[in-house]
Amino acid sequence: MIVRMSRLSYRYPGSEDWVLKDVNFEADAGEFVLLVGPSGCGKSTFARVFNGLIPHFYGGELVGEIEVCGMDPREHPTYEFAECVGFVFQNPENQLFFTSVERELAFGLENLGLPREEISRRVEQALREYQLAELRDRSPYELSGGQQQRLAIASVMVMQPKILVLDEPTANLDPFTAVRILALVRRKTIEEGVTAIVIEHRLEVALPFATRMVVMVNGQIVDDGNPAEVIARQKHVVGRPQALELVERLIQAGLSLEVEKPSPEHIALSIARAYKVGEHAARRKRGSPG
Amino acid sequence: MLHEGNVVVQVRDLYYTYPGGIEALKGVNLEVYQGEVLAIMGENGAGKTTLVKHFNGILKPTRGQVLVKGIDTRHASVAELSRIVGFVFQNPDHQLFADTVYEEVAFALRNFGYPEHVIESRVKWALNLMDLWKYRTRSPFSLSVGERKRLTIASVLAYDPEIIVLDEPTAGQDHLQKEKISEIIHLLRLMGKTVVIVTHDVEFVTEHVDRVAVMARGKILAVGPPQRVLCDPQLLREARLVAPQLVKLSLILRRHGILNEGEYEWRADKLAPKLIKVLRSGADGGSPGI
Repeated sequence: MIVRMSRLSYRYPGSEDWVLKDVNFEADAGEFVLLVGPSGCGKSTFARVFNGLIPHFYGGELVGEIEVCGMDPREHPTYEFAECVGFVFQNPENQLFFTSVERELAFGLENLGLPREEISRRVEQALREYQLAELRDRSPYELSGGQQQRLAIASVMVMQPKILVLDEPTANLDPFTAVRILALVRRKTIEEGVTAIVIEHRLEVALPFATRMVVMVNGQIVDDGNPAEVIARQKHVVGRPQALELVERLIQAGLSLEVEKPSPEHIALSIARAYKVGEHAARRKRGSPG
Repeated sequence: MLHEGNVVVQVRDLYYTYPGGIEALKGVNLEVYQGEVLAIMGENGAGKTTLVKHFNGILKPTRGQVLVKGIDTRHASVAELSRIVGFVFQNPDHQLFADTVYEEVAFALRNFGYPEHVIESRVKWALNLMDLWKYRTRSPFSLSVGERKRLTIASVLAYDPEIIVLDEPTAGQDHLQKEKISEIIHLLRLMGKTVVIVTHDVEFVTEHVDRVAVMARGKILAVGPPQRVLCDPQLLREARLVAPQLVKLSLILRRHGILNEGEYEWRADKLAPKLIKVLRSGADGGSPGI
């Protein structure tokens, strides 16, 4: 387990109320965890525990057990997590600083004190992978929202973190761009075993990529598991995409559907399969002697 | 109801070039009808926000013409047009500035020179409508994001503009806040307002709007009821929009011969009974298709 938290609670400085309450959470390499819950439920606070921004930057009181990449954030400064935990915010402008895309990508690596060749190798790879090569000399501020967010993720991924925390990474992006960004993240979880913790309200955008869904309400984790099952239980809190409502209605009507993933494409295919099985059975029935 | 005769905003061959030289609009023609709910959709950078900023004169045409209730925006001030067109920005923080919630709503009314007793009753009405009267003495910045959004809507509603423009009302909103925004749009409709929504949220659009204008690269590609526009795969591809979930699903089912050509539903409660019928009749040896 790359992340282990047990009975973790947190409150901001000067506040009586606990924002996180007795949180138990573990995550393994390669998981894509979709973290959802009402605004103000503590999701963003929870995300900031992963790299020690809480408590180092925000102060306050963090109690309970926590281990991220084998370290307790309370005992290690935030910069020690830079290699292990990558963090991308909702608004990429807040984390882009440099005059060119290339400089933006190189900065973190220079800070790690890597040799020149290694830095340039990783920068070139990121420029390719995130389709930023043509933009290498452009100022990050001239880029479109989607390009900025790709750059923000790329500049975090060049550090080769084991955990990627994304706090509403696509809130300001059109669905097409949002899906591309999340697909990129999913690829990292599959190919490199990165653990992704993704906060996202738009279920129809994020669900096809999630391997697991965690629901937080009022500072507590109230559900955790298979995304489709969690939604069926928590639809009053998180909403329910039309495609999953369809599945539920079909199953209620007694049809048996095996849905591999909660995406419209997968659901359509499982309906098509059920249709063929039905047709086949009917043909056999017709064909068999009285 | 749509009355094609009652055009409240007329956009004629509109071109707009930003001072930096970027040509954001390239010959846009659009009519907005009185009392309709119109969505403007398109990828990041398509020109949606640039277009609606012409409705209250924040931007003036480089070429072409925008008429708001017959007034040519080139010859009218923003203040004048703002009484007709209320604008709710995507990020409420760009719009809020007063010390208290009450003052926030009262500000525009004072500017328009309403007497104090009218201001008082209007503020009270608008804050009650948005369920914010209880916060009237608090600072706008102490409210949650969703509440701040409702506050900007309240301050616009208070001076009773005929046309209301909402820029990305559902971006970054959780499930319950989205429901609340649905209610607000329904309410505006009942009040006979003309509502223009700039949005990426295709699922939201299918349920709440009369017409959709699809934009790409500074032009309008299509305008029409969502049933037509959002079910045209080629158009969606060209505009880089993602189809509503159940439209996507319906298209696949058509290819498998489960739905007939041209047949789709985007609500689960409508599609489910159809599918149940087909799947059952398939099993009973009935004819495929509906």
